[in-house]
Amino acid sequence: MSLLSVSDLTLKIQKRTILDNVQFNLQPGQIVTLIGPNGAGKSSLIRCILGLQKYQKGTVTTQKGIRIGYMPQKMHVEQSLPITVDRFLALGPKSSKAERLTALKRVSVEHIAHSPLQNISGGEQQRVLLARALLNKPQLMILDEPAQGVDINGQAELYQLVKSIRDELGCGVLMVSHDLHLVMAATDQVLCLNHHICCSGHPDEVTQNDEYISIFGRQETHPMLAHYTHHHDHTHDLHGDCQHQDSNSKGHNHA
Amino acid sequence: MPEFMLYALLGGLGIALMAGPLGCFVVWRKMAYFGDTLAHSALLGIALGLLLDINLMLAVTAGCVLLATSLVMLHSRTIAMDTMLGIMSHTTLSLGLLVTAMMDDVRIDLMAYLFGDLLSVEPVDLYWIAALSVVIIGLLIRLWHGLLSITLQPELAAAEGYKVQWLQWILMIMIAIVIALAMKIVGILLITSLLIIPPAIARVLSKSPEQMAVIATIFGMLAVCAGLAGSWFMDLPAGPAIVTSAGIMFLMTHSLVRLVQSNQS
Repeated sequence: MSLLSVSDLTLKIQKRTILDNVQFNLQPGQIVTLIGPNGAGKSSLIRCILGLQKYQKGTVTTQKGIRIGYMPQKMHVEQSLPITVDRFLALGPKSSKAERLTALKRVSVEHIAHSPLQNISGGEQQRVLLARALLNKPQLMILDEPAQGVDINGQAELYQLVKSIRDELGCGVLMVSHDLHLVMAATDQVLCLNHHICCSGHPDEVTQNDEYISIFGRQETHPMLAHYTHHHDHTHDLHGDCQHQDSNSKGHNHA
Repeated sequence: MPEFMLYALLGGLGIALMAGPLGCFVVWRKMAYFGDTLAHSALLGIALGLLLDINLMLAVTAGCVLLATSLVMLHSRTIAMDTMLGIMSHTTLSLGLLVTAMMDDVRIDLMAYLFGDLLSVEPVDLYWIAALSVVIIGLLIRLWHGLLSITLQPELAAAEGYKVQWLQWILMIMIAIVIALAMKIVGILLITSLLIIPPAIARVLSKSPEQMAVIATIFGMLAVCAGLAGSWFMDLPAGPAIVTSAGIMFLMTHSLVRLVQSNQS
């Protein structure tokens, strides 16, 4: 049985069709990634699934009593509001201090548990939001652009983290992403959305699809936009310390 | 201490008790202008209350609640919230002045309403303040988690089952009530400061939202005591004296905290 099944979903806002007959299923343990250009209705679809947005037609069915862990796109915290990361997590699903620390450890940011929420970096904030979604012991995780505001290396790491959490919990994951190439390795199925579902399938198939190419273009047709790929001889851990893969090399050269 | 002074003190402390935590939300959610708009509309409430011969505090509360509700309903995409607030603020203030000008048989002391008048605090006002403090503090404790959640991330709060718009409306109504109640003590033009200065003092001294609410309440109460003392001993007008003491406390705490911080680093 599907964890989540969306059928015939149609959403119109002020006569504009935002979602047109959207249909898909999500199985337990499956990672489905929604991609699409800006304004394609990705976030609206998520809002419909979460029950935050009323729609005109169609159905969204989830298993009764399913536990959903939701991660919103981003969060802006006013400097005027004094709050620590741990306190922020405590506002979410009922949890003990130990459970909150475990969740922060799972996403490798336990060192900021008592830092003010405003003083952490964009990447750390995304991880904290992910930890809050984990507190619900989710059977289904819904992640709206989890890698927003994170640099490219950090993005790949974050997608890997989502994948390993899926492996561990066996939960289904529905996430929104701008960039297919970065999520490819961490996704089972891709839905390409532009108000309607243009195409869907395994990431390798989707990149060959004509409709996909008409929206996103072929990668090789945009040589200027291709990612600058280069090799690092070291990685940085979360504290910013260098960790050399090769213990003999001392240089900081980006070969 | 004469009775009117005791009434003013009790009333002021009751208002500081509500204004502390509510003012924190005003600061966190950047609603200072909203508070000003409600306060300006209070004069219209007074004028209509006199015209209809009903309890003034009740008339002002009803007027503020009505305005807060209509602001939620009038919310439009084409007009920014601050423009809308500016329109409502000055239109209601002008309407209030027009209505008072047209009433020949009643003479109102405008200054008393604009800057507060201690002598006008009566026991019946104290009952209102006491009853509404219990209701508002009770509501705040009950809804605290929800109110904090919608302030931090409304989408997340909605997904976790909080009724965001309902909570926003309750918060606005509570602020409207405090403004109506505070009118007699500090006056229409000075009310917002009672909502924002104590939380602004508390911000530098607190590490959690709850701490900030409690510290803001304490400083609000201190400002009320200091202002009334100034009024009693130096014959100062009470409303401006309360707000000035709050302002001085703000300057002192912020300079002290900066001094301590620069010594540490």
